[in-house]
Amino acid sequence: MSPLDRIANVSILKQHEVDKLYKVDNKPALSSNEQLCFLVRPRIKNMRYIANLVNADKVAGRTRRYKVIFSPQKFYACEMVLEEEGIFGDVSCDEWAFSLLPLDVDLLSMELPEFFRDYFLEGDQRWINTVAQALHLLSTLYGPFPNCYGIGRCAKMSYELWRRLEEEEDGETKGRRPEIGHIFFLDRDMDFVTALCSQVVYEGLVDDTFRIKCGSVDFGPEVTSSDKSLKVLLNAEDKVFNEIRNEHFSNVFGFLSQKARNLQAQYDRRRGMDIKQMKNFVSQELKGLKQEHRLLSLHIGACESIMKKKTKQDFQELIKTEHALLEGFNIRESTSYIEEHIDRQVSPIESLRLMCLLSITENGLISKDYRSLKTQYLQSYGPEHLLTFSNLRRAGLLTEQAPGDTLTAVESKVSKLVTDKAAGKITDAFSSLAKRSNFRAISKKLNLIPRVDGEYDLKVPRDMAYVFSGAYVPLSCRIIEQVLERRSWQGLDEVVRLLNCSEFAFTDMTKEDKASSESLRLILVVFLGGCTFSEISALRFLGREKGYRFIFLTTAVTNSARLMEAMSEVKA
Amino acid sequence: MDCYTANWNPLGDSAFYRKYELYSMDWDLKEELRDCLVAAAPYGGPIALLRNPWRKEKAASVRPVLDIYSASGIPLASLLWKSGPVVSLGWSAEEELLCVQEDGAVLVYGLHGDFRRHFSMGNEVLQNRVLDARIFHTEFGSGVAILTGAHRFTLSANVGDLKLRRMPEVPGLQSAPSCWTTLCQDRVTHILLAVGPDLYLLDHAACSAVTPPGLVPGVSSFLQMAVSFTYRHLALFTDTGYIWMGTASLKEKLCEFNCNIRAPPKQMVWCSRPRSKERAIVVAWERRLMVVGDAPESIQFVLDEDSYLVPELDGVRIFSRSTHEFLHEVPVASEEIFKIASMAPGALLLEAQKEYEKESQKADEYLREIQELGQLTQAVQQCIEAAGHEHQPDMQKSLLRAASFGKCFLDRFPPDSFVRMCQDLRVLNAVRDYHIGIPLTYSQYKQLTIQVLLDRLVLRRLYPLAIQICEYLRLPEVQGVSRILAHWACYKVQQKDVSDEDVARAINQKLGDTPGVSYSDIAARAYGCGRTELAIKLLEYEPRSGEQVPLLLKMKRSKLALSKAIESGDTDLVFTVLLHLKNELNRGDFFMTLRNQPMALSLYRQFCKHQELETLKDLYNQDDNHQELGSFHIRASYAAEERIEGRVAALQTATDAFYKAKNEFAAKATEDQMRLLRLQRRLEDELEGQFLDLSLHDTVTTLILGGHNKRAEQLARDFRIPDKRLWWLKLTALADLEDWEELEKFSKSKKSPIGYLPFVEICMKQHNKYEAKKYASRVGPEHKVKALLLVGDVAQAADVAIEHRNEAELSLVLSHCTGATDGATADKIQRARAQAQKK
Repeated sequence: MSPLDRIANVSILKQHEVDKLYKVDNKPALSSNEQLCFLVRPRIKNMRYIANLVNADKVAGRTRRYKVIFSPQKFYACEMVLEEEGIFGDVSCDEWAFSLLPLDVDLLSMELPEFFRDYFLEGDQRWINTVAQALHLLSTLYGPFPNCYGIGRCAKMSYELWRRLEEEEDGETKGRRPEIGHIFFLDRDMDFVTALCSQVVYEGLVDDTFRIKCGSVDFGPEVTSSDKSLKVLLNAEDKVFNEIRNEHFSNVFGFLSQKARNLQAQYDRRRGMDIKQMKNFVSQELKGLKQEHRLLSLHIGACESIMKKKTKQDFQELIKTEHALLEGFNIRESTSYIEEHIDRQVSPIESLRLMCLLSITENGLISKDYRSLKTQYLQSYGPEHLLTFSNLRRAGLLTEQAPGDTLTAVESKVSKLVTDKAAGKITDAFSSLAKRSNFRAISKKLNLIPRVDGEYDLKVPRDMAYVFSGAYVPLSCRIIEQVLERRSWQGLDEVVRLLNCSEFAFTDMTKEDKASSESLRLILVVFLGGCTFSEISALRFLGREKGYRFIFLTTAVTNSARLMEAMSEVKA
Repeated sequence: MDCYTANWNPLGDSAFYRKYELYSMDWDLKEELRDCLVAAAPYGGPIALLRNPWRKEKAASVRPVLDIYSASGIPLASLLWKSGPVVSLGWSAEEELLCVQEDGAVLVYGLHGDFRRHFSMGNEVLQNRVLDARIFHTEFGSGVAILTGAHRFTLSANVGDLKLRRMPEVPGLQSAPSCWTTLCQDRVTHILLAVGPDLYLLDHAACSAVTPPGLVPGVSSFLQMAVSFTYRHLALFTDTGYIWMGTASLKEKLCEFNCNIRAPPKQMVWCSRPRSKERAIVVAWERRLMVVGDAPESIQFVLDEDSYLVPELDGVRIFSRSTHEFLHEVPVASEEIFKIASMAPGALLLEAQKEYEKESQKADEYLREIQELGQLTQAVQQCIEAAGHEHQPDMQKSLLRAASFGKCFLDRFPPDSFVRMCQDLRVLNAVRDYHIGIPLTYSQYKQLTIQVLLDRLVLRRLYPLAIQICEYLRLPEVQGVSRILAHWACYKVQQKDVSDEDVARAINQKLGDTPGVSYSDIAARAYGCGRTELAIKLLEYEPRSGEQVPLLLKMKRSKLALSKAIESGDTDLVFTVLLHLKNELNRGDFFMTLRNQPMALSLYRQFCKHQELETLKDLYNQDDNHQELGSFHIRASYAAEERIEGRVAALQTATDAFYKAKNEFAAKATEDQMRLLRLQRRLEDELEGQFLDLSLHDTVTTLILGGHNKRAEQLARDFRIPDKRLWWLKLTALADLEDWEELEKFSKSKKSPIGYLPFVEICMKQHNKYEAKKYASRVGPEHKVKALLLVGDVAQAADVAIEHRNEAELSLVLSHCTGATDGATADKIQRARAQAQKK
């Protein structure tokens, strides 16, 4: 499902005399229509496609009208390309400032999966403006945010740009009562670990297995137990899903069977009904029951399918290795597991993910492993991944352990000294040097690996670690928890230093005084570069525990596979 | 106060007209008004005089002088007229002076005599010369209508958006019309002209003869015509001294009057008040002024001097050499209050207040009288309204005082009308002051709006007053003070005798961080005046760096623009500057600039990656970025190149680059890839099948699957494939082939580096339990249980687990126990467990 489907599906478009929909691609349009409308992200590649198409039409001597609608905004570079390709005069351009898609009651997505690669790999800051615009839109709707926190360079830039927008249009939001008490900005690169872990909460697992796109999933024949695939919207309106989405997978089956029994019992009630009761039952309850029945069988099907897939690849082993990496023991064993994984060509993306997880948790690979794993990988999956490795290194996802601490220490010191703008320059200059993740130290400081006495009861979670079977509290979520508890970064200096990101906090007392206590419980979390369903589940849990309500704004919902794909070089 | 109505003149039964002095003029005219072309803008606007016009047969060598005065006679500008002969002068709605020359050129000057622009009224006009011209105002703006020497009309309804329209010809017109005027009806401009006894109406398409209804017969010529301020009424003056007054549509007659003066009047203008039923016109001859309306008698005034009439919305201004007066119909409220022996509530209230001040009990009597009639509210309103129409502050005050007094006795009188009137009057009195010289009446002020009034003050460079008014009226800063300060600053930058530093500092001191002020606009103005340095200084104060960029680019300060664009965080803006720079600088300089701006550099790289690959290479070369250069060639090796030689060459270049980058790993890997590529090529030539672009692993697998075991082993040796990988690879490939014999042989070739559990797994994947069992027996003890379970031998697995006394293994087996078949085994395990616990 694409964002457009969520707003105007095919039938609505057809009602408005859209003849046919195509994906913008590098091939001629087969349509015989007199006019073509392109709804595109402002990317040079898309411009090239359009130019090829228009020029092909010109060669064929046909005249059409072309309209290019850029969403969320038009970029000068795109117009430049249209001009260079000689079709600027042939097309008319427009903008559709569409930046926020509500996927669920508590989840807003900008549907910009490219944000991650653009910013964290290519250093392209184009979307920051879009983020600022989106926040500006939110603050015009819900009033100012009295408390702002953030960590990361992108977070800081987004925040500053957004503040500037607010100041320019002062007065509009000034007098309004704040409806959302806190806003929290997070850069994805501050916590790669969480995003790289296998997800075991139902919603995350569905995303990992079937890929949720725009809040909807395509269940194949193996799930629907028919010969057709089915598109299913996954959100709070699906009552069955809503109850299991945040559950650890091991509970889901039990829950579903209990649910099935209840449903059966409700069906069974009709026995021994008189005519009138039966009429009532048919007219009022049956439809709901049937709907529930349908959903239930779908989710049971999905569970089965997940189980089948996961057991095949020895999911238990995988999870065990991941936990070992997180806790930092049996590194050698884990390394050989990864090696075997690569040797067996299990999956290029999975292998890469494990390598990255190893690198980040260990502050980079030791030189021998770094070389041998890469060699193995290239042998298994092809030489073009040499570029993938160069990307991963630049993003700090897969690095070699630095011979000493000296360089990184200098880097962190320098970036502390100079302003953020200059820091960009310096970071760029240092980009060839390994970035250190300091995961182990952070983990210790923030107590991310809970000490478990006996079995961790996943049915009754104690803390956010339940989203990773009780083995690990997501770093991003822990930071949010800590900052909200203190209402500042105070006492977290050491963590911030280890994270090597700049942090900020800003509280406007005048606004806070105006905020109702209810709105102060409402927290908007902005993930720059994407967030995972596990993080969402963890924060939902935190919300229930502490009486907060979280709303998520993410550039896109992501998972480990998406992150790795964004970093991968593939042959065209 | 008794003689307050002394200057009131009744016209008919119901209306009074009064004339009062606005200013005594001390403009020290050298010439008589009649010798000048005169133009006075409505709404108390400026007066322009062009002395020594050409129609007087004076020596053409003497250059005429164009003078501009405020309505109070303060000189604003004076300049020597150096262009051609002028036929007509007029003010536009924006208070720009339009000078229509004989050749049809219209020169536009500002209030201070600054030349703005010029435009032409077309070729036809140029050829036939201008005979007469009118500047008129409509809702669209100010228009110019021209009568040419060929007796044709050309007009433009809006000089701001010049569209010339030539009007159709009047049939049989041999001489110039005796009089003509523009009419504006239904958003269309017409021309009404009189030729002898006939009237013609010209519109876009046609010329039609019209007859005013109820016109007395015997008219042989019309001498003068006048249209009211709002284009609603028309008056015609005939050669018999007869005046017809009616609607401008010529459909209805309002009244007529015979003044018995046959001499053509110098001027005739309407004098009426909006929303008043009274219609009157003012006719001026050399020494006589007559107010004529729907009454048998007229009001007559003697003119001591040459005078000039300016029609206004609610009256007529009359200025001469020494005075400037206003003639209007006395408004109803004033009439009610001041009429002799008036018993109107307002009049009584005014009286009551006066008595109250005298501490007389009569105050109470008057007040009681009003209250008994229940008219106190009305009385207060009347006093407030009347105050607005009074010119003298004293009188305004006493009326307002009366209103205020009356208000005390009212319970719930909303105060805003009173407060607003006080504010309005303060503003009006301020601008009416002769130093300012804008004699607006209350109705005109309301029609004009405060915004326009502020604009006009700004236009007159009366910045302090404008700001005071804004502050006094508490206008929002963006509309009020900031806007005016911005105008001031724009004016300030034009003062060429002040140094850049001083101007910039002065502007910044005044403006500070006032919201809504755009420093970039001011800088743009400075740049427009040729003061680039000043513009740059001013831009420094602009808080939004994005705003600075376009101007900096225009001023060719592209590098500065680049850093400002980067500061703004707007990538699109950065890109705009980049492409600008790219065209402006030579390649080397451009790259050097980029080098210092990493954000711009990465942006440009992105662009190049898609659009200009060669440039990207140059960029890396320039930076000695060998790592990226290597990556670039790697990408080229599979994306750009097709032939194998080209690909190998690209890889070779990449290798060199990697060596330079001291990335030996990448260099080695690339060398390997070159070798592999060549080899794959050879394989393709020698064997069937596709090898190119496979990974090393896949190449070996393909070879095994194709039965080329020897070659596969050779390849594995050449590329030093580790044993573990080779074993996995072979195992999988042979199982895929279902070559169980070969697999068994392979398994026995030496001790497996990956153990034998994988053999079991892979066999089971191929559903070959028989083969799997073979290997299960060879699995080492640590994986034995798992292997046995895989082949489905639960019972044996249980035995092994019990032997191992391993709790985890036990539960694993237990979880595999299903149904009745394994019941015994399950029991066994439970027992073993119990035993273990006992111990």
